[in-house]
Amino acid sequence: MAEKLLEVRNLRTEFKREKGFVTAVSDVSFSIRKGEVLGLVGESGCGKTVTALSIMGLLMGTSGRVTQGEAWLHGRDLLKLSRKEMRSVRGRDVSMIFQNPMSSLNPCMRVERQLTEAILLHNKCGREGARARARQVLEAVGIPDADRTLKSYPHQLSGGMSQRVMIAMALSCEPDLMIADEPTTALDVTIQAQIMELMLEIKEQRNSGILLITHDLGVVAEMCTRVVVMYAGRIVEEAPVTELFADPVHPYTAGLIASVPKIGSGVRVLPSIPGSVPDLSVMPEGCKFAPRCRYATEKCRQSEPELTAVLGSPTRKIRCHVFGGEKGGARS
Amino acid sequence: MADMENGVISPEELPKAQSRTKAFIKKFLKRKAAVISLVFILFILFMGIFAPYIVPYDAATPDYTALLQGPSPEHWWGTDEFGRDVFSRLMVGTRLSVFTALAAVTIGTVIGAVLGLLAGYYGGIIESVVMRGADILFAFPDILLAIAVVAIIGPGVINVVIAVAVFTVPSVARLARSATLTEKEALYVEVARSLGCRDRRILWVHIFPGAVQSLIVNFTMRIGTAILAAASLSFLGFGANVTEPEWGSMLSQGRNYLVTAPHIVLFPGVLIFLTVLAFNLLGDGLRDTLDPKIK
Amino acid sequence: MARYCVKRILSAIPLLLVVSFLVFMYIHMLPGDPVRLQLGMQATQDQVDLLREEMGLNDPLLVQYVDYMKGIFTGDLGESTRNGASVIDTIAPRFGPTIMLTICSIVWAVLIGTVIGIVSAVNRGKLTDYFGMVVAICGISAPSFWLGLMLMQLFSVQLGLLPTSGLGSWQSYILPSLTMGAGVMAILARFTRSSMLENLQEDYVRTARAKGLGEYFVIMRHAFRNSLIQVVTVTGLQIGGLLSGSVMVETVFSINGLGRLLVDSINSRDYKVVQALLLFFAVEYIVVNLIVDLLYGVLDPKIRYS
Repeated sequence: MAEKLLEVRNLRTEFKREKGFVTAVSDVSFSIRKGEVLGLVGESGCGKTVTALSIMGLLMGTSGRVTQGEAWLHGRDLLKLSRKEMRSVRGRDVSMIFQNPMSSLNPCMRVERQLTEAILLHNKCGREGARARARQVLEAVGIPDADRTLKSYPHQLSGGMSQRVMIAMALSCEPDLMIADEPTTALDVTIQAQIMELMLEIKEQRNSGILLITHDLGVVAEMCTRVVVMYAGRIVEEAPVTELFADPVHPYTAGLIASVPKIGSGVRVLPSIPGSVPDLSVMPEGCKFAPRCRYATEKCRQSEPELTAVLGSPTRKIRCHVFGGEKGGARS
Repeated sequence: MADMENGVISPEELPKAQSRTKAFIKKFLKRKAAVISLVFILFILFMGIFAPYIVPYDAATPDYTALLQGPSPEHWWGTDEFGRDVFSRLMVGTRLSVFTALAAVTIGTVIGAVLGLLAGYYGGIIESVVMRGADILFAFPDILLAIAVVAIIGPGVINVVIAVAVFTVPSVARLARSATLTEKEALYVEVARSLGCRDRRILWVHIFPGAVQSLIVNFTMRIGTAILAAASLSFLGFGANVTEPEWGSMLSQGRNYLVTAPHIVLFPGVLIFLTVLAFNLLGDGLRDTLDPKIK
Repeated sequence: MARYCVKRILSAIPLLLVVSFLVFMYIHMLPGDPVRLQLGMQATQDQVDLLREEMGLNDPLLVQYVDYMKGIFTGDLGESTRNGASVIDTIAPRFGPTIMLTICSIVWAVLIGTVIGIVSAVNRGKLTDYFGMVVAICGISAPSFWLGLMLMQLFSVQLGLLPTSGLGSWQSYILPSLTMGAGVMAILARFTRSSMLENLQEDYVRTARAKGLGEYFVIMRHAFRNSLIQVVTVTGLQIGGLLSGSVMVETVFSINGLGRLLVDSINSRDYKVVQALLLFFAVEYIVVNLIVDLLYGVLDPKIRYS
């Protein structure tokens, strides 16, 4: 098995609200290996983005802070690094691609400057070298007229082009890990496929890792090697992608997968999960999913289950009192 | 972050059964600076009405035995060059200084709001005329416009009111128009129109209440500006008769004694400053409570 | 970009015409007869009629207006009723002090105002922010004439550090500039803060941080660069207002600038000078706003490349 790139252990992030603190992410642990695409899946508000921002040390400007946990990359715990050390990690070791490419580029700066800025920050190559490198990465992400794009301002680019520029920016310092936060959500469907293809290609070439954050199970099925499902700030299930889709164990995962329409299934009414995501400040005791779970027992409402390995399946983990500890499919 | 905030609505954000007014008051009371300001403003307004009956000294009677005295237990804020009690004069002067500004801003706001509403609602020629008119008035900086008006119609309290009202109109008109344009697009206005409501009814019953919040905030903020402008005009000698107690002209008179009796400049200025500050803070507080979207 | 500029410049022309017409009408709006005003009460009816004819006041209004405009472009703005000197000669020596004072005020106000705004926004909710905003709201609320007198009392009378009035040495500029710029500084501080708060929340700021960029560059190069567009607009509006704000400051510090001339001329009913000054202030305001609009085009790439 390939070497571990990033290992997150027991991450906990809290946000300051008017009345005290609320926990947005709790007890999140996962790892990403070289050449792997790990999907982080869940409804909006479940803490996916917060997890990524916590790892990147990008919670400044929000009221959030990491209160517990470790994130090991190249033998260093990112969460313990000084601000300055963390800056040299961001962009060089780990880079991030955001949801809205159009607003993620500075509207007042030419593409060239935005690209070379990152390159110059992490490399000693001089202006000319940086420019050459910028042109090179733009070509690598499939932008036909790199020179013209370099001279452009973001408003002159389409959404797809902007996201390619963002990816080029993320690539420019050859990071080992890319975190992509809903990279295709804001794009047209046809462009989505292209961008996804591009990301996979780059990953293959460089044997890097990708943490893909998305709520789109279609994207997960297409891109990911393994999947981590989050609900209300907790990981509820972790499994290789094929196994997850073939045989979801956690009732939440099962509900998610069932609510995706399948062509030719003949189902007229899509099943949906009743209820909605609990608010962070009024989290239920016990299993956070219990109020919406039709298998919930008294035990589920009282104590929160641990994330434990699924019996007979070394690659899978689940946080559930009812289905934990047994092989999936036991459901009647 | 975004998905965290948008996805969930906490129970305290949900509309409660209690009335909107109650919620507003509760929210407003949390803003201490605004509440203190409101109390101070109420005090000033009270003085504006009752000061002549309650102040310790008559505002106009000179006392040649007590010229230019500094603050003392008898004269809290000292006396001026005619031995008149500065505190009493300032309190009595509230009527001229603050009420002038209040009157001016009220007149300016009413005219501006009506013009802006009509312009926004009917569009076309009315809009062009009103908005170009506003543009022209905007071509003169505030205080200059007021000075120009006074230069034409002459000095005096009423003329100061007119002058300040004139420069209030264009900005209120612009604000009311843009608020109307926003409201016009709202669904309930569409519905009212499709139900056959008459224009006038739509305008006053449906659109005006939507625009009124920003008008109130603007009104409060404008009073501060107007007090400053009125005091400035008086200071330049374009306002009330110099014998009348008025904050700006008292300050102007006191200038000559800056070296020997700085207190007769200090206290009128402090009072103007605090009053303007109070209106500005109240305006800030109202804006934050009525429309938290704006910072 | 060129089209944007041309459009802006063209749109200012009708405004300038209307404003000049209003200023021209100023004399006609005055109560009383301008000719009488000029000649005084002792003049005979014949003298009045003669001057009326000379001044062209018997011509149709439009003809008078055209004549007036001709005068503006040939530098003939009439004569001061006070001493008979030409209006141009009366006004010309007054430009220097007012413009110098305006420049000094705007420079310190913009520098300090934006710095307070940025620092407050970055430290939102902390003591620095609170302090900055207290300074700002006080600056907006303090009457400039009072502030001037208080500064004068403190630094000139009590401490004897700076001259009380007039303009001469560089020290004499300090107090008037401080007084004149205080309001602008305060407005800019508040405005910069709210604009920065907005921009610091933008996605591109997060992108900049994700690159590994230092916080200083994130704030200045990314967030503030975007705020700059709005800050320039507000500054422009303030410069226009400052020139006329000179009225107060020049009166307080006894400076022979345009503002004081305006007050003196109104008081001595020297209406030709008043008219010329009104025209100057209004045109200056329009022109500064025009320049700001053009600058806006330069700073905002969305306008520059469309």
